[in-house]
Amino acid sequence: MENILNHIGIENYIFLSVILFCIGVFGVLYRRNAIIVFMSIEIMLNAVNLLFVAFSTYHQDAEGQVFVFFSMAVAAAEVAVGLAILVAIFRNIGSIDIANLKNLKG
Amino acid sequence: MSTVLLIFYILSAVTLATAFLTIYTKNPIHSAIYLVICMVSIMGHYLLFNAQFLALVQLIVYAGAIMVLFLFTLMLMNLNKEDEVHKPRMTRYAAIIVFIVLSAVLVYVFTDTKPIMGEYDYTGEDFQSIKTLGKVLLNEYMVPFEFASILLLAAMLGVVLVSKKEKDAN
Repeated sequence: MENILNHIGIENYIFLSVILFCIGVFGVLYRRNAIIVFMSIEIMLNAVNLLFVAFSTYHQDAEGQVFVFFSMAVAAAEVAVGLAILVAIFRNIGSIDIANLKNLKG
Repeated sequence: MSTVLLIFYILSAVTLATAFLTIYTKNPIHSAIYLVICMVSIMGHYLLFNAQFLALVQLIVYAGAIMVLFLFTLMLMNLNKEDEVHKPRMTRYAAIIVFIVLSAVLVYVFTDTKPIMGEYDYTGEDFQSIKTLGKVLLNEYMVPFEFASILLLAAMLGVVLVSKKEKDAN
């Protein structure tokens, strides 16, 4: 069985991940809705995971995939806690516009 | 052009387009649905790598659990009306400029690294079947695996504590 990287090439995956990561950064900077900001963070995490799997295949080593597994576990925990915080903020302020979160401003 | 390369290009186009639409759409519910398609197309990339375990986990955890959580929160907050105020014009232009410059710089950097990477050689060794991955996970990475369960337990307790309604708030 021959491998996928002979056909596609690792550099295509690098460019795909880089552009996906940049789209995530763009989302964090562009939107004001805190939930969309969270989704952008998920996009960035997925870009990094994709590159991890690509290099795991490139080096034929399972450890990259194990790392992706742990990163998915941490991402799940992060999303759960983050959305709970957003629900609490929504209950107190009535919106999740990040421009309204100015309570720490002196 | 081989079939695999064609599949890769189609999957990549879907991934990038839906990721962009996630950010661009005004309605948050549509954003969540586009993000589901993005996650599923990334699962397609994992299947191209023959990484079966991660493809399944991606589908179950990301496209399933996390996106259901997002949709649930959106419906809880009733935010599906499209009345979000946009950021000031200057901030949006700055975001677009940052996106273009960051993409250009990173693509340029990784274009230059291409000659350093050698040719890919395939030995036929099994390194990513579920069986092998399970052995690696439960032998070398036993302790981090257990810590992940503690992390998830702590996250669960924290979520319940944070989102619980306080009775004596006023």
